[in-house]
Amino acid sequence: MMTAVQANGPQRIHRHKFTLWVAMGSMVMMFAGLTSAYIVKKNQSSWLEFNLPMVFWYSTAVILVSSFTIQTAFQAHKAGEMGKYRILITLTALLGIAFLVMQIMGFSDLEANDIALTGSRSNSAASFLLVITGLHMLHVLGGVVAILYIFFRAYNPASKAGNSLPVELAATYWHFVDVLWIYLFIFYNWIG
Amino acid sequence: MSNEAVLHAPAAAGSLDHGHGEHHEHHHHETFISKYVFSMDHKMIAKQFLITGMVWAVLGGLMSVLFRLQLGYPDSTFPWLEDLLGKWAAGGKISPEAYYALVTTHGTVLVFFVLTAGLSGTFSNFLIPLQIGARDMASPFMNMLSYWFFFAASIVMLSSMFVETGPFSGGWTAYPPLSALGDASPGSKTGMDLWIIAMALFVVSQLLAGLNYISTILNMRTKGMSMTRIPLTMWALFFTAVLGVLSFPVLLSGFILLIFDRNFGTSFYLSDIFINGVGALPNEGGSAILYQHLFWFLGHPEVYIILLPAMGIASEVMSVNARKPIFGYMAMVASMFSIAILAFLVWAHHMFVTGLNPFLGSVFVLLTLLIAVPSAIKVFNWLTTLWRGNIRFTPGMLFAIGFVSLFISGGLTGIWLGNSALDIHLHDTYFVIAHFHIVMGVASMFGMFAGIYHWFPKMYGRFMNNTLAYIHFWVTLAGAYMIFWPMHYQGLAGMPRRYYDYSVWESFKQFAELNQFISLVAMIVFAIQILFLFNFFYSIFKGRKVTTENPWGSNSLEWTTPINPGHGNWVGEIPEVHRWPYDYGKDGKDHIPQTTPIGADESHH
Ligand code: HEM
Ligand SMILES: [Cu+2]
Repeated sequence: MMTAVQANGPQRIHRHKFTLWVAMGSMVMMFAGLTSAYIVKKNQSSWLEFNLPMVFWYSTAVILVSSFTIQTAFQAHKAGEMGKYRILITLTALLGIAFLVMQIMGFSDLEANDIALTGSRSNSAASFLLVITGLHMLHVLGGVVAILYIFFRAYNPASKAGNSLPVELAATYWHFVDVLWIYLFIFYNWIG
Repeated sequence: MSNEAVLHAPAAAGSLDHGHGEHHEHHHHETFISKYVFSMDHKMIAKQFLITGMVWAVLGGLMSVLFRLQLGYPDSTFPWLEDLLGKWAAGGKISPEAYYALVTTHGTVLVFFVLTAGLSGTFSNFLIPLQIGARDMASPFMNMLSYWFFFAASIVMLSSMFVETGPFSGGWTAYPPLSALGDASPGSKTGMDLWIIAMALFVVSQLLAGLNYISTILNMRTKGMSMTRIPLTMWALFFTAVLGVLSFPVLLSGFILLIFDRNFGTSFYLSDIFINGVGALPNEGGSAILYQHLFWFLGHPEVYIILLPAMGIASEVMSVNARKPIFGYMAMVASMFSIAILAFLVWAHHMFVTGLNPFLGSVFVLLTLLIAVPSAIKVFNWLTTLWRGNIRFTPGMLFAIGFVSLFISGGLTGIWLGNSALDIHLHDTYFVIAHFHIVMGVASMFGMFAGIYHWFPKMYGRFMNNTLAYIHFWVTLAGAYMIFWPMHYQGLAGMPRRYYDYSVWESFKQFAELNQFISLVAMIVFAIQILFLFNFFYSIFKGRKVTTENPWGSNSLEWTTPINPGHGNWVGEIPEVHRWPYDYGKDGKDHIPQTTPIGADESHH
């Protein structure tokens, strides 16, 4: 029986991890498409220049810190320090939610400064910011849901102890949405 | 993580438990629901994709028959049409709105639901685990989800046909402003909302599916099955999945911007528009061309997503039935690889006449014409595989050969269109219709038929009827050429595509009889497809039974499974692989299955 199991040779990478990496490639294409569209549009007529809301700088810091917390959570899980793990993973989820709230605050800042994001008065510069940032927020939200899922699974007596793969997957994804935001932030500020 | 664990993992998405090497036998209880409906067996999911695809092929084909009625007989009325379509064919004549809705839905459905989901969905699911030696997909659960997303997309698309204002009618490419403004046409209202929802669900389905195919092919191959030993079907389906995973997200982002323009008043694609009866719109600064870039960045890879599986199937079926190794295996892989790369670099050849910078246009001309190189290599290899083979003209083989014929005919016209100067004249004419129906539509259908006839014994443990299959083949081949060949001449004469009635144009009156002829043949070809469906369903229950595991004398792994394999495919261990799958006629042996170890005195291939 075991021949089939070993058939794949030394397992380089778990297949779910592999799938996640391919999926991240797919998401990269989505944002690459959107930011390319942004550039194309910017080089055409009537493009509105405006500064990013200040709160985006803070949210960037928040998501950076959260990458750090989830990484430490993963290491704690691997080392079997479940108490530390629970604190850190909860913290990560909270930071994720804080990030989302700050992004929304950024949007309302813009609206308050008379930069319409949607509607007939809107300029596509602002609409692009809304759509791209909004899609990124959905991806962060997905990460928060995944964290909550593995968090509550950890309390389920049926789930096997000592398997840190789900945490590792969540951490990898979380770093991904973090890097994605850094890219977008740099793009908005200095490239696009 | 073992193959066994895949099979025994519970249904939850997060089932990540490590493998347990217990002996595998068919031992879970299956209910009707878990076996036929929410199945996680890749073979059943393949059949679900296939049969849903068939339903759509019938609906989409019927739509083409209806609009061909209008094109062939613009002055006639058919009272039964009113019974069928109601107000859309008042007085027995299809209304312009209905005509455009039919053309649009026909295109969308055939391209996405039939030739994408129905073709790669069926054969990726069916063949990948069987040919690489795996018990199932990397994630059977995601695989099941991908079918049900497709099913949901189907339901939404179907429902769009019954709304008061009709389905979307702005063409399968859904260019704004017709797709962005509800006021632009009746079909742009609810019909377009449903179209876009269906397509978004479809994209999700394709992404879930593609991730799984890639992960399975790269991670789950049995012992000895190196990447250079997988059948060409596997390479083709692998590149198909890669193209899908990288290009569908871009289409989705285009759709998301479209949704914002439709529903939230943004101006990504809209500018300076005046609508009769509504007045000037406030939207400013948008660019409809932007949508075209996003659409065709998917759209061109999409045509290869449709074609590559057919290429892979043709290669496999052809080698088996010519009793010869496929000629130039590595060249086949390399040309599919370069096609996959180039597929991302040529999209603007659909946009030569949008005011694209002519210098940029010439770059795209060059890149587009480069595709002819790998395409020609593939054609050469197919022909040399046939050369001096012991050809068995099974129905599958005939369709594989027919595929090559069609690919040549349609590919050559691609070279015409790829020259931007010629394209100024040919763009949006019937020449384009002829080009892509032959090279993509009919050719890929032929690949699909080849696959169905060839693997039917593995799917259902019975054979399809050969006589009906031969009738099906010859009528379809002759019919396809009779329908689409004349369209080249119409296109060269400047006849634009997507018009409702050509008889009112002095220049196109000359084509009245030709149009009638085309419509007539289209109806005959449609009827013959019904014969095929009859053969298919009849044979599932009443076909001649398969009595040996390997009826075609084939080398690849799927024919080492039991005649009716259960979930898990192999009873006992998964076989080990010792060679590539194309050892036909080697050292005087008819065929040497992949599971046979290399003999001491064996020559090199
Ligand atoms: C040598 C290879 C090929 C070349 C150079 C080529 C070139 C072109 C060009 C330039 C156009 C745009 C024509 C226009 O709209 O004015 C076109 C349209 C099209 N081609 Fe090809 N093509 C090739 C092969 C293929 C293949 C293999 C497929 C599909 C499997 C395909 C599918 C299509 C489709 C679907 C369209 C029309 C889409 C539409 O406007 O609705 N082509 N081709
Ligand atoms: Cu193209």
